[in-house]
Amino acid sequence: MTNRITLGNIWFDKRGRGYLLQLLVLFCVAIFLAVITSNTIANLQRAGLTSGFGFLGDQAFFDINQRLIDYTSQSSFGRALIVGLLNTVLVSSLGILTATLIGFIAGVLRLSNNWLISRLITSYVEVTRNVPLLLQIIFWWAILTSLPKVRESISIFGVSFINNRGLRAPSPNFEDPFIWVCFAIVVCLLLTLALYVWSGRRQKLTGETFPIPLAGLFLLVITPLVVFYSLGQPINWDIPTRTRFNFRGGFNITPELLALWIALATYTGAFISEIVRAGILSVSTGQSEAALSLGLRKNQTMRLIIIPQALRVIIPPLTSQYLNLTKNSSLAIAIGYQDLVSIGGTILNQSGHALEVVGIWMFVYLSLSLATSAFMNWYNKRISLVER
Amino acid sequence: MNSPSNEAITQYKEARPPPIASVGIIGWLRHNLFSSVSNTILTLVSIYLLSIAIPAIVDWVILSSQISGDTRFDCKVEGACWAWIDQRLGQFLFGFYPASERWRVVIAFILLFPALIPWLTHGIPGQRYLRWFSVAYPVIATILLAGGFGLQEVPTDKFGGFMLNLIVGLSGIVLSLPVGIVLALGRQSKLPLIRWFSIGFIEAVRGVPLITLLFVSNILLPIFLPPDVTLDSIIRVIIMVTAFASAYMAEVIRGGLQAIPSGQYEAADAMGLNYWKSMRLIILPQALRVSIPGIVNTFIGLFKDTTLVIVIGLFDILGIANAMVSNPDWLGLSTETYVFVAAFFFAVCFSMSRYSMWLERRLARQRH
Repeated sequence: MTNRITLGNIWFDKRGRGYLLQLLVLFCVAIFLAVITSNTIANLQRAGLTSGFGFLGDQAFFDINQRLIDYTSQSSFGRALIVGLLNTVLVSSLGILTATLIGFIAGVLRLSNNWLISRLITSYVEVTRNVPLLLQIIFWWAILTSLPKVRESISIFGVSFINNRGLRAPSPNFEDPFIWVCFAIVVCLLLTLALYVWSGRRQKLTGETFPIPLAGLFLLVITPLVVFYSLGQPINWDIPTRTRFNFRGGFNITPELLALWIALATYTGAFISEIVRAGILSVSTGQSEAALSLGLRKNQTMRLIIIPQALRVIIPPLTSQYLNLTKNSSLAIAIGYQDLVSIGGTILNQSGHALEVVGIWMFVYLSLSLATSAFMNWYNKRISLVER
Repeated sequence: MNSPSNEAITQYKEARPPPIASVGIIGWLRHNLFSSVSNTILTLVSIYLLSIAIPAIVDWVILSSQISGDTRFDCKVEGACWAWIDQRLGQFLFGFYPASERWRVVIAFILLFPALIPWLTHGIPGQRYLRWFSVAYPVIATILLAGGFGLQEVPTDKFGGFMLNLIVGLSGIVLSLPVGIVLALGRQSKLPLIRWFSIGFIEAVRGVPLITLLFVSNILLPIFLPPDVTLDSIIRVIIMVTAFASAYMAEVIRGGLQAIPSGQYEAADAMGLNYWKSMRLIILPQALRVSIPGIVNTFIGLFKDTTLVIVIGLFDILGIANAMVSNPDWLGLSTETYVFVAAFFFAVCFSMSRYSMWLERRLARQRH
């Protein structure tokens, strides 16, 4: 039974109060937005600025050292932003890969019954987690830029060189027949996948197992290698050689990228190691005891019992760490690595289009984070189906 | 074993001592360092690396370091050059705060402890009065730092060093707590409009890096304000840091709200309490207590993030360090300087994280 809301009893009705409150909030937000908009219009007019995204087509006039696509100072602002976005993607993906590796190794080692190792890992985790990331980035950058000059480069086996301009490593040149190696890899990947599905079905029906890891190793490693060698090794390594003032050939990783990569990977790696540790500890010992008493082997227990349950705890915070790493890569501006925020800042100073540039930043980072939370929701739904 | 087998044994035999290899130092070593081949290898490799690293570090930091001198050219040693600390420590702590007035900052810092302690633990005599003191503390600290009431006025652009990190971090966390509570309640609210606004704000702020928000504070806030109004740059930073921290705070508090069993909500309803009363008297006291470790962790993150103010040209402790490293007198002492700054942050953050772990353990005990 619901009472009708009238003007007289609106304050004494729970729903009525709700409507009033929401209206009030809506009103306040509208006023707030209106004031900001009118101020902005007044300020922009006073400064003689126009708004709109037309400026993205204007010539940029500045240089970008670190770039994955063609760019000159004659290119447009828009292209400069794309270069910056790609640099953000580059350092984030490098960082995510390395941080995951470091995090899983450190997390497992910290649980090891080796006292010395677990103490060492603990001190790594505590030191990296309790010192600001920005400080760590600047610290690594200071170390990398105080390395010997180009003339006294440190040589690594004569093929790579480290100096204060970064790391110069051999770069691969792919010849045409290499396409067949790629083809072989794709085919083998599909075959392994098919084999995996087939053996899973067969095991459910008959209980017979099939050595998937061995077959996978054979298919994925040995077949491409055979194709690679039978085609006469279609990769040329362009090994850097010393010239008078610099190196020729190979490719160069700038100290900025290296410092950012190392700092992001070790910092986030420490956080991931804690997540992994918590995940493994969250699986009760009864689970592994039950698995062992069912007759599963030690590695089967790990693979079939512990890891699937630990992953359920690990994956959600892990994705948010990935997101954090991507957002933290914006600290690049402090050492001059030209990522999205850094290039955006330059454009903002040159063109004065502050609103638009900040809007682009927000749009890019927000879409990344919304995509991540969408994935997390999907994953949570998926694993909660497995649960009883 | 000499007794004939037909005789009954009526007394316990004394237990034999455990094998020598499983107790004492040897047992500990075997169990913890050399329990398997791979463990032995790991142990030996790490002992070897430590035996190289530790003497080298001790030598660099202490044995062959130098602590006196006016410029780096006076440092003639192989190890670290700490000579700059004597000259620059004041700047690292207080920035460009006038030297004759620095006692005020020290007093404000000392008063911080009686203001904080009644919230961090309980069972202290006079806790209620101390809480009143901590409510007044922000005003007292502002007067002490900025001046007025007979004290010489110090413009905020003189604020810097570690003091700036503390000011931004502490104001951010204190101001974000009430905003975070409101946002968390809004996100749980049954009123759709309020829920959407809260979710929108929280997700928008959490989705972007703090650095872009600081750019907003520096570039966009002046555009959003009326043309004749200017805001102090530290206040602008505090506004954005508060907005940033309150979104994270809201999520921490939401976790606390969700940890409260629904029976508590129902009991409050059954008692006839309205929404605000049930929140204030029943739900929030419990939810906040559960959230304290998370709040402390948010604070640790925020405190580390206060170093980002260098991006918009403020001189916090890291900014002072950067300036000193590029000063010709002290050029090339970057390792010493950054290690010194890192030690400051480590001391603060590590002790706070230990505190939050202690709290978590205590909460876990209370729940049983």
